[in-house]
Amino acid sequence: MTSQDNMPMTRAEKRQARRIRRFDNPWMNPKLTWGVAILLGIVAIGIIGRFVWNLDLVFTGSAPLKLPPLGAENLRGQPGVMEYPLGTDGAGRDMLALIIVGAPNTLFVGLLASLIGMSIGIFLGFSAGFIGGRVDDVIRVGADVMITIPPLLILVVFQSAFGDVTLTMMALLIAGFVWQSPTRLIRAQVLSMKQSGYVQMAQLSGASTTHIMFREMLPNLVPYLFGSFIASVTTSIVTAVGLEVLGLGPQRIPTLGRTIYEAINAGALIQNLWWWWGIPTLLLGVMFIGLLLINLGLDEVSNPRLRKLS
Amino acid sequence: MGRIPRDYLINRLVTLVLTILIAATIIWIIPRLSPVDPAEIALGRMAAGAGSVANSEEILAQLRANMGIDQPLIVQYFKFITGALTFDFGLSTAAFPTPVSTLILNALPWTLGLMILSLLITFFIGNLLGALMVWDRSPKLVKVAIPAAMVFTSIPPILSGLLLMWIFAAKLQWFPLTGAYSIFVEPGWTWEFVKSVLHHGFLPALSIVVVTFGFWALGMRGLMIGVQGEDYVKLAEAKGLLPRYILYRYMIRNAILPQITAFALKIGLLIAGQVLVERIFAYNGMGKLLYDAILNQDFPVIQGVSFVIILITALSVFLVDLLYPFIDPRIRHEVA
Repeated sequence: MTSQDNMPMTRAEKRQARRIRRFDNPWMNPKLTWGVAILLGIVAIGIIGRFVWNLDLVFTGSAPLKLPPLGAENLRGQPGVMEYPLGTDGAGRDMLALIIVGAPNTLFVGLLASLIGMSIGIFLGFSAGFIGGRVDDVIRVGADVMITIPPLLILVVFQSAFGDVTLTMMALLIAGFVWQSPTRLIRAQVLSMKQSGYVQMAQLSGASTTHIMFREMLPNLVPYLFGSFIASVTTSIVTAVGLEVLGLGPQRIPTLGRTIYEAINAGALIQNLWWWWGIPTLLLGVMFIGLLLINLGLDEVSNPRLRKLS
Repeated sequence: MGRIPRDYLINRLVTLVLTILIAATIIWIIPRLSPVDPAEIALGRMAAGAGSVANSEEILAQLRANMGIDQPLIVQYFKFITGALTFDFGLSTAAFPTPVSTLILNALPWTLGLMILSLLITFFIGNLLGALMVWDRSPKLVKVAIPAAMVFTSIPPILSGLLLMWIFAAKLQWFPLTGAYSIFVEPGWTWEFVKSVLHHGFLPALSIVVVTFGFWALGMRGLMIGVQGEDYVKLAEAKGLLPRYILYRYMIRNAILPQITAFALKIGLLIAGQVLVERIFAYNGMGKLLYDAILNQDFPVIQGVSFVIILITALSVFLVDLLYPFIDPRIRHEVA
């Protein structure tokens, strides 16, 4: 490393230096910005779509069957038409309408499940770290035990026993499996922060426990909390899509996973109906990439050593 | 060689036993909370097969007795727990009267085989690439290409599976679309059969490898950054050792150890992902068994498969935790 200090800066290094000067704020790093932009884009499709597109087209039989997207041709030689720009599926639903309704649904399950999971995690993590003793033992063992159990399998048992569920119900169920890692993370951070100078200083100056928790500790946890939140959004969506692809999850509400499930079952792969499974797959892929970028960006915020390497 | 302190061992054992017990309990409780009566499902299946069923009340009572759901809950619970611990989950209702354990035993080797194979490949590729990303002598291409490829990390294997399936099985027809081996080959230790298994297993394994190697690479990158500045690496450089030698013997060797614990945290997601890959490829493993059971509302099989997969996960985590001090003697276990 030291031998490179005298060398003139390469173009990439100059660009990096310029970027650091321009955005001195670590929260403005390009990965984070791009990731947030991608997710906002998906939300925007859902919001704008509701105003400009006829959402009745998500109902079965509301459109001709198996029409390809614009510019493509299906096996029967039909070209795509303007009325159904992304094509239609095997049950006569418009793909564009399915996406406008389905993509926000999928995102909603992920966000709601993680919000609840995070809240439980923050509460339990702080309790374990602060109170210690028996409470800590119970919470720690509980989190250790639950973290090993793959959520998908318990939820499969649950949903096959109960049948149809609503989106909110599914989010609540998934939330029961995404509180463990935030709990562990926050507990570990709280334990290490309790030893740090500024917290001891606050304690010496007679600050209340809630003041220390929320005013002294929580702001320092923010990058970790966001990182943990995004990670659990990803886990929740993966679990939700997994359930939907197994034919569980909400039966009558369009979601991206359910669309893939129906496409596989109808043999869309063999019939070359690539848009039927391909568009939801692509959209989910983009969603996950957006979440990953946000997570990498947050990593750079909380771990400055990564910044110069990116 | 490290020695495992007794407190740590007890702690891990308690966690393992609790995990298994809690998982079994949840799996047992959930169906009891449901308004759906398994005896009525079984009767419905009979009615669907025969057109109509006479004496339905008596048959229902008999079915309930057979399933043991006419007994007090506490008796049912202990029966289920002891059954689960001895891998006795009763009889499959869809493939009556095959015991659930037989179905699982037939599916398990496929799942474990696919899992271990794809895991070894990803662990090797991922860690090597992660190390190369940080190493200052690796070619420029590596430093640009890997972060780009890393984008796939976030995608669950089911999506990559669909894409690979479409390209290589449906379009190019290089690989078979579904199944674990060709129906024209007699299962056995013949070259023909092994070839068929490898041919069928390639795409499912690839779809897992493509999306998981990045996880290891990312972790390795972080660890390598830590190792890079260590004194022993500087000393090795000053000694004039070959850079390649330093990379393998000094840096990767030290950085790779925490990756093994990362595995323990990741295994649950890996298995769940693989279950879904098996479902879309109709691969003869636990995933397909589970999916078929869901379709048929075959409850004993769903419970059995879920329990066995959770058991595998918990045991793997336990083993990793126990083996770790042997692999890395620097680690001292604390019971914190």
